[in-house]
Amino acid sequence: MLTLLFDGIAYGMLLFILAVGLSVTMGLMNFINLAHGAFAMLGGYLTVVAMQRYDWPFLACLPLAFGLSAGVGVLLERTLYRPMYGKPHLDQVLFSIGLAFMAVAVADYTMGSQQQIMQLPDWLRGRTEWFADTPWALGMGHYRLFIIAVCALLTLVLQHVLAATRFGSRLRASVDDARVARGLGIPVERVFAITFAVGSGLAGLGGALGAEVLGLDPTFPLKFMVYFLIVVAVGGTSSITGPLLAALLLGVADVAGKYFIPKLGAFIVYALMIALLIWRPQGLFARGRS
Amino acid sequence: MSAPQAPFSVEQALLGPVRWRASHAVVALGVLSLPLWLGSHALLANEIAIVALFAVSLDLVLGYSGIVTLGHAAFFGFGAYSAALFAKHLHPDPLLGLAVGGLSALLLGAVCALSILRGSDLTRLMVTLATSFILLEGANKWDELTGGADGLQGVIMGPLLGRFEFDLYGQVAAAYSLTVLTGVVLVLRRVVHAPLGLTWQALRDNPLRAQAVGVSVHRELARVYTLAAGIAGLAGALMAQTTGFASLDVFALERSADAVLMLVMGGTGWLYGGVLGAVAFKLLHDLISNLTPQYWTFWMGLILVTLMLVGRERLWQWISRRGRGA
Repeated sequence: MLTLLFDGIAYGMLLFILAVGLSVTMGLMNFINLAHGAFAMLGGYLTVVAMQRYDWPFLACLPLAFGLSAGVGVLLERTLYRPMYGKPHLDQVLFSIGLAFMAVAVADYTMGSQQQIMQLPDWLRGRTEWFADTPWALGMGHYRLFIIAVCALLTLVLQHVLAATRFGSRLRASVDDARVARGLGIPVERVFAITFAVGSGLAGLGGALGAEVLGLDPTFPLKFMVYFLIVVAVGGTSSITGPLLAALLLGVADVAGKYFIPKLGAFIVYALMIALLIWRPQGLFARGRS
Repeated sequence: MSAPQAPFSVEQALLGPVRWRASHAVVALGVLSLPLWLGSHALLANEIAIVALFAVSLDLVLGYSGIVTLGHAAFFGFGAYSAALFAKHLHPDPLLGLAVGGLSALLLGAVCALSILRGSDLTRLMVTLATSFILLEGANKWDELTGGADGLQGVIMGPLLGRFEFDLYGQVAAAYSLTVLTGVVLVLRRVVHAPLGLTWQALRDNPLRAQAVGVSVHRELARVYTLAAGIAGLAGALMAQTTGFASLDVFALERSADAVLMLVMGGTGWLYGGVLGAVAFKLLHDLISNLTPQYWTFWMGLILVTLMLVGRERLWQWISRRGRGA
């Protein structure tokens, strides 16, 4: 029982790190970016390649995944994304899903279509059992513990940056009302570029961490696109806690659903989401905005 | 002194697009006679007619009413499976099956319309996507009925109108699909220029103002969504009938995305956009698949990205300026 909850939380934390960048870009520029998963895939592949071909230690790969994904993110933001901001949502959706399709094909071409296998270091492989042989048995995979620890740390850092630094308050001001923020002299464009880079970097990091748990193959951006969007749509775009709660809910619901009613598979998640969005179209944790 | 002139030009502007011209008859006859001289390309023509019908139905939702959707394949697939199951278990007549496919998708659309009434573009995108995923999962898991991942096999169609057997070269199939396509386009041509269609466009351009002048936004959205779902169901039914097969990919995200790409290539908010886009898309697909069969998605993505960066309005401005009349 508890094992299930534990796995669900680990999964949810991972989804949160993957999707938080998307949530901020959506809130800040009102831009629907369906290609967000491509950055996560990039991070995952970078890690696999660095570990297998160049024998990098796992821990060194994580910053690499973050840095390179952020770099690519800022490059794309500068060149391709920027002209799309003022366009209607339909154009943005088509543009970004086009990018996602291209990413899928490029990954297929360079890495092959098979599932990539990640070799975890020994110290992350074990499993700790608590309360074995009781109804409350809790088996914690060390790798999942590691994921939870890293993601929790990142969440705290993000929350601190957002709530207590100058950059954070500028960011919040820009999200709330970009026009007024610009009028007050906040360089909204630069704030946005930095945020986009960090968001892409976090997605890359999430992809690197999640390659073992979620599986990594070229269809990754499309397969998990819906999950990211659920986190954002249900969690709302105005805070960090909304997406966090939504991601945890999604993670636990998905793991539990697949365990208890495997026949229904992903049904539960989708049905739950449609019901939620009919009930509260602005998201579960959004502030009252019409 | 120019006052008497004004009513005339208003009338011209409103009715001009609806008037019949001799060119319409020529085009319609030309399209309908295609199967006769296409020979071995009839199969391709059949395919194009089906995706064109699907794209036209998407145009109602996306182009005319401005509902952002990536899950329109839900209705296409639902129509395809209904028609295939009907033919397999109940009655092999194609026209009855076509009606069943269209009507069942229409009903599904009426139910799903409830889910797209409220919320932002993002909410709608999510809900439509999720609907198609749920149907995909349903068809996958309920394998006693649908055949699961293997697809629904053994669909044998009776002869069309009790007389024309579906042949291997697809001439009957192409004639059948092209006729349905032409019929639907002719009907829709009346609909989109009638007050109903004009209301939808007003809704797309400014929902708030449309509401202020007395349009019931929810009712109109539900109407257009239901109608489009029914037409997508017709397209799906045609596909299942002419190929004698229904598989899970009728629900796939790629199918919805393909249709959106066709629509964007042909021009949205313009009835013939879907048809032209489907022709261009299929020919392009054929060409590129011959060159690099495996990486079609890359080229599709590239086309989408470039089209969006260049700006579809700019590209199609001159055509739509002439064609909006049609």
